[in-house]
Amino acid sequence: MTPKRRRLWLLLGSLTTLGVAAALVLTALNDNLVFFYSPTQVAEKSIGPERRFRLGGLVEEGSVQKEGQIVRFTITDTNKTLKVTYRGILPDLFREGQGVIAEGSIGPDGVFTAREILAKHDENYMPPEVAKALKESGQWKDKK
Amino acid sequence: MIPELGHFALILALAVALVQGTLPLIGASRGDLRLMALGRTAALTQAFLVLVSFGALTQAYVTSDFSVLNVVDNSHSAKPLLYKISGVWGNHEGSMLLWALILALFGAAVAIFGNNLPDTLRSRVLAIQALIGVGFLAFLLFTSNPFARVFPAPADGNGLNPLLQDPGLAFHPPLLYLGYVGYSVTYAFAVAALLEGRVDAAWARWVRPWALAAWCFLTLGIALGSWWAYYILGWGGFWFWDPVENASLMPWLAGTALLHSAIVVEKRDALKSWTVLLALLAFSLSLLGTFLVRSGVLTSVHAFAQDPSRGMFILAFLLLVTGGGLALYAWRAPQLQGGGLFQPVSREGALILNNLLLCTLAVTVLLGTLYPLFLDLLTGNKVSVGPPFFNATFVPLCAPLFAALCVGPFLGWKRAELGPALMRLRVALVVSLAAALFAMTMIDSRSTLAALAFGFGVWLIVGSLASLTDRFRSGTLRTIPRSTLGMVISHASLGVVVLGSVATSSWNTELMQTMKPGDRIAFAGYSVVLDRMEEVRGPNYIAERATLNVSVGGKPYTVLQPERRLFTVQRRQVAETAIQTNLLRDFYATLGEGDPKQGWVIRLYLNPLAPWIWLGAALCALGGFVSLSDRRLRIGAPSRRPSSLQPAE
Repeated sequence: MTPKRRRLWLLLGSLTTLGVAAALVLTALNDNLVFFYSPTQVAEKSIGPERRFRLGGLVEEGSVQKEGQIVRFTITDTNKTLKVTYRGILPDLFREGQGVIAEGSIGPDGVFTAREILAKHDENYMPPEVAKALKESGQWKDKK
Repeated sequence: MIPELGHFALILALAVALVQGTLPLIGASRGDLRLMALGRTAALTQAFLVLVSFGALTQAYVTSDFSVLNVVDNSHSAKPLLYKISGVWGNHEGSMLLWALILALFGAAVAIFGNNLPDTLRSRVLAIQALIGVGFLAFLLFTSNPFARVFPAPADGNGLNPLLQDPGLAFHPPLLYLGYVGYSVTYAFAVAALLEGRVDAAWARWVRPWALAAWCFLTLGIALGSWWAYYILGWGGFWFWDPVENASLMPWLAGTALLHSAIVVEKRDALKSWTVLLALLAFSLSLLGTFLVRSGVLTSVHAFAQDPSRGMFILAFLLLVTGGGLALYAWRAPQLQGGGLFQPVSREGALILNNLLLCTLAVTVLLGTLYPLFLDLLTGNKVSVGPPFFNATFVPLCAPLFAALCVGPFLGWKRAELGPALMRLRVALVVSLAAALFAMTMIDSRSTLAALAFGFGVWLIVGSLASLTDRFRSGTLRTIPRSTLGMVISHASLGVVVLGSVATSSWNTELMQTMKPGDRIAFAGYSVVLDRMEEVRGPNYIAERATLNVSVGGKPYTVLQPERRLFTVQRRQVAETAIQTNLLRDFYATLGEGDPKQGWVIRLYLNPLAPWIWLGAALCALGGFVSLSDRRLRIGAPSRRPSSLQPAE
């Protein structure tokens, strides 16, 4: 086999692999992008009931209620609020007044059903999205 | 006094690194032996100085010297000794110091074990190592000084993040860094080769042990991190496709490709410029991983509070290292003439396919990880790309890789036939098809995909071991080269990992229940009773402990005691899972919040084959170490035997 033909083979092989990969990536990205919204953005946009997204903000003080495995609380960006229910064990760092990200969808009753509450390593950590949402609503206070 | 000594040693190390990064380079281009010899002395001196600095910080932690800010922020006098020590790298400054230390130690290792390297190559490699070191030492000294003092010294510290107070996580960063930083050596070798304008079989033979060592440590580091996530996060999962996990997977994929393409350079003198490129990319991806973790630009389960200026520094350094390496590559690589010709169906062809697929996988992970960043920059939309994306892209691309993996070792160099190779694999084919059928009919008829993946796992194990059958029959199993043995172990253990992850993620049983003491529930054929709740005191925490009596068929089977620990210093709760394993499945229990009136939330999982994931990963790394102990690599002699004498396996 001449070097030229070998290079042709290599090129064909790589192009096929890359093509398959690109097709997979594009379809997967289309179906699986999870957008991040603050309660204000949720109020502005009308989001379909089955659309999965991430909701971020602060856990409103005094809003957490527990009934067995069901937890109800309110996420706020201090401008708008949204009620959330979650069934399961909350991450260790979940606390009132702290930043939180919940992934799930809005039910027909307008309550956000969270399937996942994101855990954090570090209590000083503020998810960048939450910080941005708070800044946009003019509620950001720099700690330092 | 001692912290100042550490600080001073760090400054000296930077000065030494500057010398080591410049003079040997000049010496190598002028052919000045004295300047070149300087590289070795400097590398050893630098390693010693960074070691002193690291020792000084460790001393501050062990003795709880609260006049050092870093110790105040991350330690507490009541902490167990192990976590006082692991606290050294359980924070930004300390972990960067650990990085710099490992970098310097790798430099020293090249200086010590590099006796058989040509003078110019060795001095260039050491100089490049030192230039990377300059970047990190400057980063430490100018933005993240671990020795900053605080006055007046507080009476006690703030304690280490409780999630990090865990044996698994104590050793995860050092192992991961040994992997990440190990690729700095292959990077340095690649840049040095480009400067010399020469890549040959001898070069590949020198690079391969370093690539192999880095790969082994990275494998162990990733496995340990995944194990930690499995038992501490309490979701029963082991891999979350989180940006930080992806950050460690990308260099692993590129590094695995490098490991294989270096074989082609060594044995057949082909794929030279590609191998050099991979060596450059593996380290660039390691740096990218560090940047992603350290800058907090991506929302991650693992994200730590970050200072953006530090992120910018690493980003600039990343661009310099990657850009510089690639520019040099673009300039010099065309000079690297490939040697051996080969047919598409051949060992070389199989290794190219391996590289092609591994790199595609790495690119897929890279896209999925960075896409939210791009979209945010371009449109301001915040998105996340989660497990569904990776399951839809990564997993299908693994199928051809696994299919080809067992066939490759049966193909000869230069030119081979597919038929005879498949004939020798017929037993493996039949066994794995039977396994897939068994999974489809007996275990789970709903998920064809899981059954197929199960079949692939069995194929990897049996197909890899099949390459030993001829040797077994002829009784020459003992004479098998260690590198071949290592390959078989690593390939087969990949199958073990696949079986473990498929079984755990597809066929696990899960139950969440609110229980009061005395309550009994049935779970997957077991009977579970919440016997009692009690309070226990640890060295620096108070825990709520549940005692679950598990019985099967009326006979006591095991006792599980999950806890919720409240760390008194930080006022933070951490759940401690209880896992009972018989190596075939994990019985896994976590305790949620609760009180005597309402009861406690208990979550139970039965994870089949879960231990195989980490067992397999450990075996995979073991295979690497076995291969590393091969005599040819240990001696590293650049002997140039004709390739026909090389064993075909």
